[in-house]
Amino acid sequence: MSRAASVTFTDVSKYYGKVGAVRGVSFEVAAGTLVTLLGPSGCGKTTTLRLVAGLELATSGAIRIGDEDVTRLGAAERDVSMVFQSYALFPHLSVLDNVMYGPLASGAKRRDAEAMAREKLGLVGLSGFEGRLPSELSGGQQQRVAVARAIVLEPRVLLFDEPLSNLDAKLRRKVRDDIRDLQQRLGLTVLYVTHDQEEALAVSDRVIVMDNAVIAQEGTPEDLYERPKSRFLADFIGEANLIEGAFGQTEAGTVFMAGDVPLQLGRIASPPDATALALRPDRLTLLPNPAGRLTIQRRAYLGHSWEYTLDAPWGSS
Amino acid sequence: MRRRSADRGTLDMAAAIAAGVAFLVLPWAFVGDLRPGIAWVLDGRWPIALPVLAALACGVLGRRGVGTGPARTGVAVFGLAALLGYGFLPGLFSGRPALPLGIGAAVAAAALIVLLSRGFAACGAFKADRWVATTTVSILATVLLFVFFPVAKVLASAFLDKSGALDLGLTATRLSAPDIWSLACLTANASCGVVANTVILGVLSGAIATFLGLAFALLAQRGGMTNTRLFDALSILPIITPPFVIALALVVLFGRTGIVTSFLDTWFNIPRSRWIYGLSGVLIAQVLSQTPLSYLMLRGALQGIAPSLEEAAQTLRASRWHTFRTVTFPLLRPAIAASFLLGFVESLADFGNPLVLGGSFEVLSTKIFFAVAGAQHDPGRAAVLALILLALTLSAFWMQMVWLGKRSYVTVTGKGDNGVPLPLPSGVRLASLGVVVPWIVMTVAIYGIIIVGGFVTDIGRGVMDPTWRHILTGFKIEWTERGLFFSGSAWDSFFVTVMVSAVAAPITALIGILTAYVLSRHDFVGKRTFEFVTMLAFAIPGTVIGVAYIVAFNVPPIEITGTGLILIICFVFRNMPVGVRAGIAALSQIDTSLDEASTTLGASTGYTVRRVTLPLLKPAIIATLVFSFVHAMTAVSAIIFLVTARYNMATAYIVNRVEAGEYPLAIAYSSLLIMFMLAVVIGIQMMVGERKLGRRNVTASPLTTGAR
Repeated sequence: MSRAASVTFTDVSKYYGKVGAVRGVSFEVAAGTLVTLLGPSGCGKTTTLRLVAGLELATSGAIRIGDEDVTRLGAAERDVSMVFQSYALFPHLSVLDNVMYGPLASGAKRRDAEAMAREKLGLVGLSGFEGRLPSELSGGQQQRVAVARAIVLEPRVLLFDEPLSNLDAKLRRKVRDDIRDLQQRLGLTVLYVTHDQEEALAVSDRVIVMDNAVIAQEGTPEDLYERPKSRFLADFIGEANLIEGAFGQTEAGTVFMAGDVPLQLGRIASPPDATALALRPDRLTLLPNPAGRLTIQRRAYLGHSWEYTLDAPWGSS
Repeated sequence: MRRRSADRGTLDMAAAIAAGVAFLVLPWAFVGDLRPGIAWVLDGRWPIALPVLAALACGVLGRRGVGTGPARTGVAVFGLAALLGYGFLPGLFSGRPALPLGIGAAVAAAALIVLLSRGFAACGAFKADRWVATTTVSILATVLLFVFFPVAKVLASAFLDKSGALDLGLTATRLSAPDIWSLACLTANASCGVVANTVILGVLSGAIATFLGLAFALLAQRGGMTNTRLFDALSILPIITPPFVIALALVVLFGRTGIVTSFLDTWFNIPRSRWIYGLSGVLIAQVLSQTPLSYLMLRGALQGIAPSLEEAAQTLRASRWHTFRTVTFPLLRPAIAASFLLGFVESLADFGNPLVLGGSFEVLSTKIFFAVAGAQHDPGRAAVLALILLALTLSAFWMQMVWLGKRSYVTVTGKGDNGVPLPLPSGVRLASLGVVVPWIVMTVAIYGIIIVGGFVTDIGRGVMDPTWRHILTGFKIEWTERGLFFSGSAWDSFFVTVMVSAVAAPITALIGILTAYVLSRHDFVGKRTFEFVTMLAFAIPGTVIGVAYIVAFNVPPIEITGTGLILIICFVFRNMPVGVRAGIAALSQIDTSLDEASTTLGASTGYTVRRVTLPLLKPAIIATLVFSFVHAMTAVSAIIFLVTARYNMATAYIVNRVEAGEYPLAIAYSSLLIMFMLAVVIGIQMMVGERKLGRRNVTASPLTTGAR
C-alpha cells in the first residue's frame, strides 16, 4: 500500500501540570517500517503513541505524518488508526458493524463500507464471523477484529498499544508473527508499544527504548542487544550480569578488571570508555577447572537449557 | 479513505438563519400580542433586533473559519446581553414595559448560545471540541436560568420589602422572629420554633430510618435468607407512593376516629386522643417511607464488602460477633452516615406528611407554604424561611462531602472474590428480626388501608360497606352521543399529570445523561463550577424551588406561571441530577478506550456519543426515564405552588381533597395512582429485560438505581 507515511517527532514534550510524561523526544519512523517503543511501565511510551494518534496534544514540539504537520490536529482529523490494549471493540455492535464503523463515521455509503469491512475481515481470516458480537469471540479473534477495524480506513500510520498483553503465552507468538506478516504484506507504517523486550526484538525493524520520559537508545534489535549504550539498556534488554570494574589493555587484548580479577575479552579490539561489563549468560560456556574460583550455588532446569547461579569473586551471578 | 474535513461554519450559518426566521415569523412574546419580532421593531421596540443582528453577524463570521473565534464570541455575548438587558430592564432603552418572551425570543436565544459555544471552541476552549462546547454551554445556560436565577431571586427577596427596596432591618426582624428560633420545647412544656422542630424531626427521622434500614440490610444480606424478593418489593413501594399517602393511612388507622383507635377504645378502654397529629405522626410517616431507601443504600454497601475480609478475620480466630464488631460494622460506617444524612435531607424536604399530620407542629417546608399560600401572603417571610431551609440542607450536603468525601470503603475490585459472607451473629439476627417484623406488619396494614379505603363508604369512621361511589366521583366515564366523556372530577388532573410527566421524563433523561457524559469524559475550564451548579438543583428542597418559581417566573421577561410549561420545566430540573448520577455511575463502568477508538476511526464527538456512548448507556437512560416519570407523578412539594385550576396535578388534587376532609376519594385516587405507576414500572422492566454486553452484564433495576 502506497499510503504508508513516515512519522517524525521533533523535540516533542508532553507535560501534565509540572510532570513531564514525555520530554524532548525526537525520532523518525520511516514509511513502511515497524518500529517498537519499548520501556518499563511509566516511561512515556504509551503517551508517545497517544501523541501520534492525537489522543493527547503535545505541549511543545512538532509532529509530522508524511509531509503534513499534525501537531494541533485532533484524533479524528489525523489519518492514523490504533489497536487498543483492551481492543476497545464496541460491545453492542456486531463484528461487521465494528469494522464498518470507521468508513461510516467518515461518511462512506453503507454498501461501500460493508465491502471494505468484508475485505479486511477476510484479510485477518475472520470471514464467516461477521454477525457475531465481540463477546462471542475468543481473545485472539477479538484481537484480529480490532486489527481489521484499524486497517479498514487504510491509515497512513497504524498504532498498536500492547496488543498481545491480553493473550496467553502460546497465542502471543502466533499473533505477533501475524501482525508482522500483515505489516510486511501491506507495507504499513506501524508504531508498536510494548514492555516485553523479547516481543520488541522479534517483530521490529527498529526499536526505540524509552526510560523516564526520554529516549534511552534507538536502533536495530541487534544494535540494542549487542551494543547497549547504558547500564539501563544492558540490563533491560535480555538477561545480563552486570559487573563493576574497569577496562584495560594487555598484550593478549582487552581485559576487564573485576576488582582484582582480570577477565580476558577476546573480541573487543580497544577498551571502551565504561565502568561495567554485561555478561550475557547465553554466551557463556562453563568449562571444568579444578583451580577455578567459581562455585556453583544452585541450578535450575528450564527445559531447553539449565540455568546456573555461580558464586564469583566479584559477586553472585 | 479521506477523513472528515474541518469546520466550515455550516451549523453556525444554520443557527443564524434560524434566529432570523424566528424573528420574521414566530411570535416574539409569550402571551397577549403574538406578533413576530419584526413587527415589534417596526413598532419602536428596536432593541429586539439587536440579538438577531448579532446572530446573523456570527453566522457570517463562522464561514470564515477558526480565526474569527474571538470576534464571534464577542458578538454573541453582545447579542445575549442585549436580549437579557432588554428583557429585564426595558426602561434603559425605552419607557415601555417588559415583554414576556415567547417562542421567537427562545429560538433567537438558543441560536446565540450555539453560536457562542462554537465561538468558544474556535478560540480553543473545550479542547476545540465544538460538540462538547455546545452541549456544556447549553446545559449551563438552562440550569442558570431555571435553577440558579429563581433561587437567587427568592433569596434576594428575603432582603427586600414589599415595594422591592432593600430593607435589612425588615430582614433582621423576619429572621429573628421567636417562632423561628425558640428552643422552649427542650426545657419547658412549650412548643419550639420551626427551626428546632425541623432539625429534631430530621435527626430522629434519619437516625431511626437508618437503624431500621440496617436491620433489613443485615437480614437480607447476611441473615441466611435465600429469597429477598419480599424486601425488594417492599423497598420499591415508597418510591411509587406519593409522599402524603402514608400520612393519610396513618390518620385512618390512628386518628381520633381511626380503626386502631376505635378498637382500643372499645375493647381496652384506652381513650381516643390526637397523638398522631404532631411530631410522632410525621416521624412515623417519614420513617416508613425512608426506611426502604436506607435499606437499598446499606444493602449495596454490605454487598460491597469483600467476603474475603471477613474470612481473613475468621482464620485469625475471631468469633462471629468479634468479626462483625471489628470488620463488618466499621466498613459499613460511611454508608450508615450517608444513609442518615439522606434521611435528614429527605425529612427537611418533605412537605406532604407534615401538611397532613403536622397539626400545630410546624416545620419549615409547611411554614413556607403557608407564608405564601395562606392568609398572610408574605413572600418576603417565605423567602427568609426558604433561606434558612436551604442553609440547613446545604450544610447537610456539605457535611456529607467533608465526612464521606474520601472515606468510601467500597472493596469491589475487578477481580472475582468468591468467598462466602459470614452469617450474622445470632444476637444481631434476633434483634434485626424483632425490628423488621413489626415494620412489615405496619407496611402491609398501611397499603391494605390504601387499597381497601377507596372501595368502602367511609374508612375514616370505620364504615366499611363496599361501594363504588368514590371511584365514580373521581373517575366516571360516560358514553354520550359525542363519544366518551370523562366526567369524573379527577380525570383532568390525572391526564395533566401523565402528560406533564411523560413530556418531562425524556427531557430529564437527555439533559441528565449528557451532563454526566460531559462531566465524566471531558475536561474544561470551569468544570467544577459546572458540576456544582448542576447538582445544586438536587440539594434545593422542593418547597424552596416552588416559591422561587412563582417569585421569578411570574413577571416578564419569563412569565410562565400558570402554564403546563412551568410544571415540565420544574420537573426536568428537579430530577435532572438523578440522571446525572445514574449516568456518571454507568459511564465509570465503560472503558474510555471505546470513546478513543471511535475518535481514532475518524468519528466526531457527536457521532461517538450517538453511536457508542448512548447505546451503551441504555440501562442508565431507562432508569432515569422511569425514575423521573414516577417522581414527577408523585412529587408534591414544588408543584403545589405551581398548579392552577387548568393545570392541576394528581398530588395537588389529592392534597386538596384531604384538606376538604374527603378522605375516601383521596385514598381511592392514591391507590389508582400507585397501581398505574406499578403497571408502568413493571411494563418497562419487562420490555427492557436484561441485556448482555460481553462479560459485562449490564442490568439495572430502573427504580432502585436512582434512589433519591
